[in-house]
Amino acid sequence: MKKIKVTKILMSGNEAMAEAAIKAGCFFYAGYPITPQNEIPSYMAKRMRELGRVFIQAESELAAINMIFGAAATGVRSLTSSSSPGVSLKQEGISYIAGAQLPAVIINVMRGGPGLGNIASSQSDYFQSTRGGGHGDYYTPVLAPSSPEEAAKLVLLGFDMADFYRTPVLILADAIVGQMMEGVEFSSKSEFKKKLPPKNWALTGASNRPANIAKSFFLKEGALEAHNERLREKWEKIKQNEQRSSTYKTEDAKYLIVAYGSEARIAQEAVDMLRAKKIKAGLFRPITLWPYPEKNLKAVSKNIKKVFVVEQSLGQMVEDVRLSIPYKEIHFLGKSGGGIPLAKEIVKFVEKVTRNK
Amino acid sequence: MINKFTKPASLREVSTHYCPGCGHGILHRLVAEVIDELNLRGKIIGVAPVGCAVVAYDYWDFDVSEAAHGRALAVATGIKRCRPQNIVFTYQGDGDLVSIGMAETMHAANRGENVTCIFVNNACYGMTGGQMAPTTLVGQPTVTTPWGRNPKYGEGWPIKLSEILAGLEGVNFAVRSSVSNPKQIMQTREHIKKAFLNQIEGKGFSIVEVLSPCPTVWQKSPTDAMKWIDEEMVKTFPLGIIKNI
Repeated sequence: MKKIKVTKILMSGNEAMAEAAIKAGCFFYAGYPITPQNEIPSYMAKRMRELGRVFIQAESELAAINMIFGAAATGVRSLTSSSSPGVSLKQEGISYIAGAQLPAVIINVMRGGPGLGNIASSQSDYFQSTRGGGHGDYYTPVLAPSSPEEAAKLVLLGFDMADFYRTPVLILADAIVGQMMEGVEFSSKSEFKKKLPPKNWALTGASNRPANIAKSFFLKEGALEAHNERLREKWEKIKQNEQRSSTYKTEDAKYLIVAYGSEARIAQEAVDMLRAKKIKAGLFRPITLWPYPEKNLKAVSKNIKKVFVVEQSLGQMVEDVRLSIPYKEIHFLGKSGGGIPLAKEIVKFVEKVTRNK
Repeated sequence: MINKFTKPASLREVSTHYCPGCGHGILHRLVAEVIDELNLRGKIIGVAPVGCAVVAYDYWDFDVSEAAHGRALAVATGIKRCRPQNIVFTYQGDGDLVSIGMAETMHAANRGENVTCIFVNNACYGMTGGQMAPTTLVGQPTVTTPWGRNPKYGEGWPIKLSEILAGLEGVNFAVRSSVSNPKQIMQTREHIKKAFLNQIEGKGFSIVEVLSPCPTVWQKSPTDAMKWIDEEMVKTFPLGIIKNI
């Protein structure tokens, strides 16, 4: 009998991210139930225990993110996951983790808001995710997958970025990416190529070394200012080195659609539909939402006549597009609260605008 | 033989920022003394709270983590689960442990986390200028209860946290002592030692509650503040062992 090598496993985005965290060597997971990300804690509960690692169902998102602070302070790889309202609760802790320069990965499988909102797919946490989110001057790298396989890839990358830059990294998925099932081929290695530094700052007991302190508190006059300047240098370095994006049929495009996450999948279909109608459309898909891939967007949009930003929100990422290429004609199509701009709607929108030239 | 009063190795050579007559100085030292005695300096990991003891790591010379207000036991949980070979303790005040952090307190205790919680009860918020704490005594004036805490005004009663935690299966040791007289200071030292030894034995969650003076907020002299603990505070918070398994 011929041996068949299995390369792809049918998995939901949530399960793929959980398995990727396992493969990345994540030692500690804490989380609190919330839809639409419940497959992650369920998966971790079983696998982490099997592997002799730690899984805790925390009493709240607050507790979960602060457990992550503690775990990260010991130098292990740690993960928490939640969805929009739960991620709002985690923001204080994320701010502390950023301030204390600890590495951690946080998954947000976005649902509709504001408030309790609903459990449908949404991209309305863009502002929160890309502008720090909690109190104080900080950013977190934000990685936005558009498929289960890419979600797995970005979790691997996220852990490496977190360790390299000593920062919390956000995986910003939407409910569709979290819930959809597709074949997933796991890459054994992250695409991050820089050598990871040793964690000599970790709290392991001050045996034969000076004491280590994990803190974000700098009361002495000028101390916080100096600390934040160091953080600024780090954010600048990340901005220079980590902008990521992908493109689809942009080489000869006149019209550029910009979309991320599940909406980018829909927009890709719209590009093909527009091309069938002899309208030269292309797609620009940011993978890092912070840092925003402005260098690539500038280059890709060089010969573009009009730009169309499509989001599952009332218009959040569109602001970064305007900041990146303010000299371009930019149009926005968005739906919120579980509404999803469909391919035919994108096509109609592009046709309407291009006809009115 | 001359018995010299020396500084514990686990304490740094720095001057204090605490107010005259504050109990934190005594308690910081007791923690450091016990760590030295049990030879734990290379194994101990402390978690400092938000409150007057927020910079406890400026005094202790061993690994310490900060924690957001109320979340010290969640941070300690993360540390201990990843480093079971280390000895992990939190050092928290009444506002941190019993008010904003009540959920983390209850659940860390209920999970039986193998950590030690040192609970500094001074019946007020010291750092923020003397507001009502969950442990403020009935009738005790604070800046937010200017006529004295009054349950009739919806200000509630002092919460006896150690008694509450003692009712949880995960808790093996719950005690209350004070730093208001030499005998109680030695008692507190023994409690901290016992709690660390329990953790070494893997017995689960220990809480060591310590009644501690805040002369500044109480508007008393340091000696009167000590006296107030011995004469008034102990009526609401009786000293002794509440649970010891």
